[in-house]
Amino acid sequence: MTEFTPFASLAGGALIGLSVVLLMAFEGRIAGISGIAARLLPPYIGRPVLPALGFVAGLVLAPFAVMAVTGASLRQDISANLPLMALAGLLVGFGAGLGGGCTSGHGVCGISRLSLRSVVATITFMLAGFATVFVTRHMVGL
Amino acid sequence: MSFLVNLLVGLLFGIGLVVSGMSNPAKVLNFLDPFGPWDPSLAFVMGGAVVVALVGYRLVLKRKRPLMDSVFHLPTRKDLDRRLFAGAAIFGIGWGLGGLCPGPALTALGLTAPGVLTFLPAMFVGLMLARSATGIESWRGG
Repeated sequence: MTEFTPFASLAGGALIGLSVVLLMAFEGRIAGISGIAARLLPPYIGRPVLPALGFVAGLVLAPFAVMAVTGASLRQDISANLPLMALAGLLVGFGAGLGGGCTSGHGVCGISRLSLRSVVATITFMLAGFATVFVTRHMVGL
Repeated sequence: MSFLVNLLVGLLFGIGLVVSGMSNPAKVLNFLDPFGPWDPSLAFVMGGAVVVALVGYRLVLKRKRPLMDSVFHLPTRKDLDRRLFAGAAIFGIGWGLGGLCPGPALTALGLTAPGVLTFLPAMFVGLMLARSATGIESWRGG
């Protein structure tokens, strides 16, 4: 059970939107996290690694910044089924690589650019996500 | 300089993820579970992000160039190919298994939950496999 948080989620979403717009304004780039993560991987020809490293460092620092301001620790419920999490990571990485984006690149940036590819990708991964959770929670009982 | 801008923009993105509750995989999984303890928060996150980015992109893309580069690097493809569907579907399955996508996973890195520490290396392996399967030119940052 998690609490429905419409206002915090809307506000957090707006911050994500602002971040996405700022990256376009400064660097002229789509803030797709899978793409940024992939830029950390070799080979580095023609793709500067330092900006990607900065972005990822910002992401990693974020929970500590929030905890420092609020003084509260963050609630995190993550499956401890490690083989499952390894499979999940593998599929997320491979799928985002093959499909050219993830929740941020397609779901936020692409939809905001009214890209048909991104709209289609977002609908596809949402449906796959719904189906997967239906199977794991209501059929297999994982 | 680019490193610093990316660090701050990434920090803002990560704070948005934390504030919105999306750094907790349980909230993502509960969004994907309308037949269970449904938590619609994720729709509000995407809604907030897309509204801000939709307006912000319009303003930013009216300019001739970004502040720190000579051109905007925008994806140009419009076709819907099999890779897009397959990639998005595979991504969605992994997302539904773990409740993590690349942004929240990287944001959660410093909190060192075993599930995240397993997910992330697997995600990078997945990205690497997708890149060797598709060729490097398909990577433009999305």
